[in-house]
Formats: sequence, structure tokens, C-alpha cells
Amino acid sequence: MTTDIDTARAAALLDEAPLASASLFRFATAGSVDDGKSTLVGRLLHDSKAILADQLDAVARTSADRGFGGAAGGIDLALLTDGLRAEREQGITIDVAYRYFATDRRSFILADCPGHVQYTKNTVTGASTADAVVVLIDARKGVLEQTRRHLSVLQLLRVAHVIVAVNKIDLVDFSETVFREIEADVQQVGRELGLGSDGITDLLVVPVSALDGDNVVERSERTPWYTGPALLEVLETLPAADELESHLESFRFPVQLVIRPQGALAPDAVAGGLDVEEYRDYRAYAGQITEGSVKVGDKVSVLTPGQDPRTTTVTGIDFAGSSLEEASAPQSVAIRLADEFDVARGDTIAAAGTVRESSADLYAQLCWLSPKPLREGAKVLVKHGTRTVQALVRSVNGKLDLATFKLEGASSLELNDIGHAQLRLAAPLPLENYLHHRRTGAFLVIDPLDGNTLAAGLVKDHPGDHEDERYSI
Amino acid sequence: MSTFLTEETTLVTDAAATTRLSSLDTLESEAIHIIREVVAEFEKPALLFSGGKDSVVMLHLATKAFWPGKVPFPVLHVDTGHNFPEVIDFRDRTVERLGLKLVVGSVQEFIDRGELAERADGTRNPLQTVPLLDAIQSNKFDAVFGGGRRDEDKARAKERILSLRDEFGQWDPRNQRPELWNLYNGRHTVGQHVRAFPISNWTELDVWRYIERENIELPGLYYAHEREVFARDGMWRAVGEVSQPLPHEDVITKTVRYRTVGDMSCTGAVESAAATVRDVVIEVAASTITERGATRADDRISEAAMEDRKKDGYF
Repeated sequence: MTTDIDTARAAALLDEAPLASASLFRFATAGSVDDGKSTLVGRLLHDSKAILADQLDAVARTSADRGFGGAAGGIDLALLTDGLRAEREQGITIDVAYRYFATDRRSFILADCPGHVQYTKNTVTGASTADAVVVLIDARKGVLEQTRRHLSVLQLLRVAHVIVAVNKIDLVDFSETVFREIEADVQQVGRELGLGSDGITDLLVVPVSALDGDNVVERSERTPWYTGPALLEVLETLPAADELESHLESFRFPVQLVIRPQGALAPDAVAGGLDVEEYRDYRAYAGQITEGSVKVGDKVSVLTPGQDPRTTTVTGIDFAGSSLEEASAPQSVAIRLADEFDVARGDTIAAAGTVRESSADLYAQLCWLSPKPLREGAKVLVKHGTRTVQALVRSVNGKLDLATFKLEGASSLELNDIGHAQLRLAAPLPLENYLHHRRTGAFLVIDPLDGNTLAAGLVKDHPGDHEDERYSI
Repeated sequence: MSTFLTEETTLVTDAAATTRLSSLDTLESEAIHIIREVVAEFEKPALLFSGGKDSVVMLHLATKAFWPGKVPFPVLHVDTGHNFPEVIDFRDRTVERLGLKLVVGSVQEFIDRGELAERADGTRNPLQTVPLLDAIQSNKFDAVFGGGRRDEDKARAKERILSLRDEFGQWDPRNQRPELWNLYNGRHTVGQHVRAFPISNWTELDVWRYIERENIELPGLYYAHEREVFARDGMWRAVGEVSQPLPHEDVITKTVRYRTVGDMSCTGAVESAAATVRDVVIEVAASTITERGATRADDRISEAAMEDRKKDGYF
């Protein structure tokens, strides 16, 4: 009934110096059946003190009911991440679950992706927003076909950091030989896929025991041959994806809506001294910067489907009453422009001279996420940035064998397939190659009948286009 | 078609030119993006507003998203009839200050009409679902913003940011749309609606740090005050019209505060000397018990209490 207090935890979380600069880091986990992923996630949360007493009590009760007697002091850490009734009853994980924890260096959002049911769907979903993905391997089994599939998906989605955790290292007697063999296999697969070879993505291998906690939060004395950091240290120090990418990318800003109060100003803003006359003709374009950064005075192009790009100048960057000189991804702001163009939702504002022509022909990789298969000739919706357009599936040009990373013949795509397709759009869109643009190269394929999301789409260059040398793999 | 208008020559090559946003700024930016998406894509959204801290933060984010314009949607409150009077007062003052329309769904009216029955345990939180769905349907709201957070509960951890509900308001956790990048799919058919949770990725500590940073006003009962209480179910319950001690339950005066503000009949207070927002931030950071574990009797009914309520159309 009293609020139990752990002052050391408070001091660590509230120490002002790191807090001011503490950033958000998003990562996902991926693994195969029984490789101990839930236990690893439970261990990370438990050892970083993100599990509070009442949650631990509940798990301890359930562990005792089930007669669990592991080395973790009789608590089945995997239970910490079980969410739904069916999952507890069947001892499986059904859907991506999101977890939160913080250290004195960073706040973390963890997308916990189940491995055995619809693994491609879940891995694609978790990886789409992740700065890093932790892939688990059972040290007794080594690199499996499933591991290759996971690494293929992460390569396709351009996840900045891939960390392979070689788990259950305790069950191979902390053997360096076993670890080094698996590490070499992982690096070999990485080379085949091109993971970590482009200067943006990287691949790391860490030996861990999720059950006992070795190299999860603290470096273990039982793996003296491993001199690298523990998993949590890795996660605390890797640069986030937008730190790596923002300086490479040019400004992109899909317009969400136009803010034009026309006298209907917020009463609290007026009460706070807002000059009603000054804001009578206020007009700004609201959105979230998806890539790059923008300054007042920058030349920008407004891209509207079916029209030539119009060039103008940024006269203001507003955010809730403050005027900013500069803003960068992923800030949500409102942008004012020098010319009174007709700009609407679905248009994109981009750094002038950095965009290629919009196109109604879309070549893409599709990660098919629906039980309803894709057929040639199907009519679908494509959601790109803030615009949704109708599209016709002209052809399916094969699907990827994720184990070999080779394209094989296919004229339809089924759940968990990744394939190449060509679509014709009802209106041209400012499409950019996903290889270079993790935001403006991404789109959703939506079923016009029931509105469900059918696929995650990654824009490819048109066949015959030259690949940018910087990114070729 | 493949020709670049010009080559990508204007790349900013100075990595130092971009400073990383703090985690609170990133969460704020994400929430504002989601609020704007829902307003742009839906015909008639509304925001669930109880006067509780999460809904107050949601409303604050909405004012920032549309500044200098007004918040372009009404607020909806499901009144259990057992609310703390000071919270209702706070609700009315906030609505007035921001010039908003308030829609109230009343549990009491449903009970009076015989369409809902009082539960044996007196708890009215689970009864909110019917008036909520009624208000959504009769006002034709197609999107409803909530302040739900994934860190609150195991079932909420699997909730989407845009969560589709069928004609009966039901959540189908096994059949959710994958949510990719920052592309939110809010398409729905007639009769369906979407619950939108823009602060899904915030923790209780994030909410309090944001309240402190933005100097957001909250109902006074979130801060330490003296109150007549009695012990029940391991919590301190306030003495009030709908929350009376049984003969064996002694009433004492204690310095308490509330970590969550819900129905008076099931929300407990914690002993606390945290009288300012700074004190509360420190207390939350140091707390070893979750807010729902500490203060919500309705979540102690079973391990899957929240999951069951959500499947039936709860917030």
C-alpha cells in the first residue's frame, strides 16, 4: 500500500546529465523455435530492472504452479513476455509484443517478434522500425536455414545493425571453438547476403546464456576468450539508424495536412497572447520529416502527382508556438513557404534538385503478409507517405528463396513470400529506391475490399537503371 | 524516367549538423504524427478524455499538433457516475479553456434505464464498455483516440497503434494488421471503427517527465494530500458517497496520492509525500510496483482481466 522505493534505480534513471541527451533506441528480436528468445528478453528486462515487484510475483506464482525449477531461481523468465491467454495456455507467442526499458544511457523500445508462427510477417513488422535486430542462434545447433531466412529479411529491410546472439553457450561448456565456428558461419552468410558491407549496416556476434545471464547485461567471466561487450552494452552504444542516415539523406517531408485556422484560433493560444491579426492568414503544412533536415531559407520543391515540381523557399518552421531555424528527421513540424502554392495532403516537400521524376510504374520487392495470395491482375491500394492510390498488379516476377537468396520463378505470392512485382499506379508517386531511402522507398499494399494490409513494399529501381555505386552490393 | 533532375549533390556531409532528439522529443513527434494522420484520414474522430493524466497528455499533444488552430475534434468522456468530483471539475474547466465540445456517455443513465446492472462488487469500470460503444455509434465517431500505453498491461503490449474494432467494438488480438514503418493503415468498413493510441510507446515515467517538462496541469489528487481512507484489497480506498467502509474497516486520515484516476469504487490511493510534479517523477522512477498493480482492483480479478475487457470493446 505504500509505494516501495528503490532509490538507486531512481538515481540511475534521473541522473540529469545523461537524461538530457538520452535518446530512444528501437530494436527487435528474431529467433527460431526453442532458441530461448523469450528467456533472453525476460533476462534483459529483469537484469535491467524493468520488471517490477508485482510483475515478478505474478510470474513466480505461475512458475511454481507449473513446477518450473530452472537455474534462474525457480522463475521462468519466458513468462514475463507472454501476453495473451492463448499464448499462456499453449506456451507460444502469437504476435509482436512491445516492451520498454531504460538504462542511464538510453530508453529502449523492444519489438519482441515470435519465431515460429508467420516468422517473415513478424520479422518484417518488427524490423521495419528497428535500429537493430537481435537474431538468436542455439549454440548447440549453429546456423540453421531459419537463421539464413532471418538474415535475408534483415538485409532486404536494410536494418542498420544486426546482432547475432549465440545463446545457450552454457550448454556447450562455454566452448570457444564452438562459438568461433558459428561466428565464422554467420560472417560467411553475411558476406553472401551483403550484410554489413555497405558502410551503413553492420553485423556483430555475441556469445550469451539467457538462462544464466552471461554476457546479457554484464560481461561474463565464464567466456574469458570473448573480449567484446555484453549485449546490453552493444545496444546502449550503437548509433541509431537516423544518426547514421540523416547526414546521407536529403530533406523529405510528406504533407499530412494544411494548418489554416482562418480566425478559428485556439482559445488557449489567444488567451496566452497570440496576435489574432498576425495569424488571420496563417497557412502552414504539417508533417513529420522522414529524411534529412531543413533550414529556414532553404530552396525546396513541392511534388504533386501529375504536376511538374514547383520550387520555392522555406520561410518558417513552426512547432506549437516556437519558430525553429532548422529541423531534422524524425521531427513533426509545420512548414511555411514563400509562394502561395496549392499544396495538399499527399504532396511531398523535398530539398530542391534532389528528387527524381514521379512515376506511375512501380517495381518493388513485396513481403506478402496476408493469407490471401497475390495474383497478377489484382487491383490493390498503395499507401506511400501520406498518399494512397489505386494500383494494378501487372506481373509477379519471381519469389526469393530466402535460404539461397536466389530468385525463383513464381507468378503468385503467398503468406510469408518475398517476391518481385511490377505495379501500375493510378497516379504517379515520388518513389525512391528503398536501398537509399528507408522511408520514401517504403509503401503498404492494401486490400481495397476489407482494408487489410496485404504486403510491405520496398521500391526497386526500374530494370536497366544504373545502380548508385555507393550502394551496390 | 530514371534521370535525376540533378545528381544528389546537396547531401549534408557534416554528421554533426544533425543532433539526436531526446527520447521525449522523439515520442512527442511520433504521437503528433499519429494524431495528424488520424485527423487527415478519418471523417469524425473523438478523443477519450477522463481527466486522467494520460488523456490530459493526449489533449496537450493535440493542441501542439494543430497550433495555432483549435483542436479539430470533440472529447468523449464515459462517466461512471462514481468519478472523483475534483476530476469532473478539472474536465469541465479544461474543455472550456480549449473551446472544445464535450460528449458524455453515462453509466448511471444506462443503469437507471435497466440496460446495465450494477455488479456485486460495486465496481463500475467494466460497465463503461456499453455506454462507450453507444456514444461511438450514436455520434458516428469513426476513430477514437485513447491514452492507452503498451507498458500498462500484457494484453496492451500486443495492441496496435491503430486498432480496428468490429461492429460490436471487439478487439481480435489474433487477427491484427501488421504495422510497418510509420505508415498507418486506418481503412475500415461501415460499422467498424478504429481506436488510435498515439502514446502507445510511452512509459509511465515518460508521461510524468513530459508533464513536468511541459508544465501540464493535472487534477490535484495526483499529488500528495490528506484524505480519509480505509484499507481494502491491499489498497487505500477513499471514503466517499459510493465508497463506504464496512464495519470492520477502520477509517484513518493519511497523506496519499493517486497514481491512476478511474472509478472511485475501484481506484486505490498510495501513501505518498510527493506533493510536486518533481517529487512524483522521482517517486515513479523509484517505484518497484506497476501503476495498475498498485492501484487497480479491476485488474486483479484475473491474470487476463484487461485482455477480456479489451476483447469486449473496452478502451
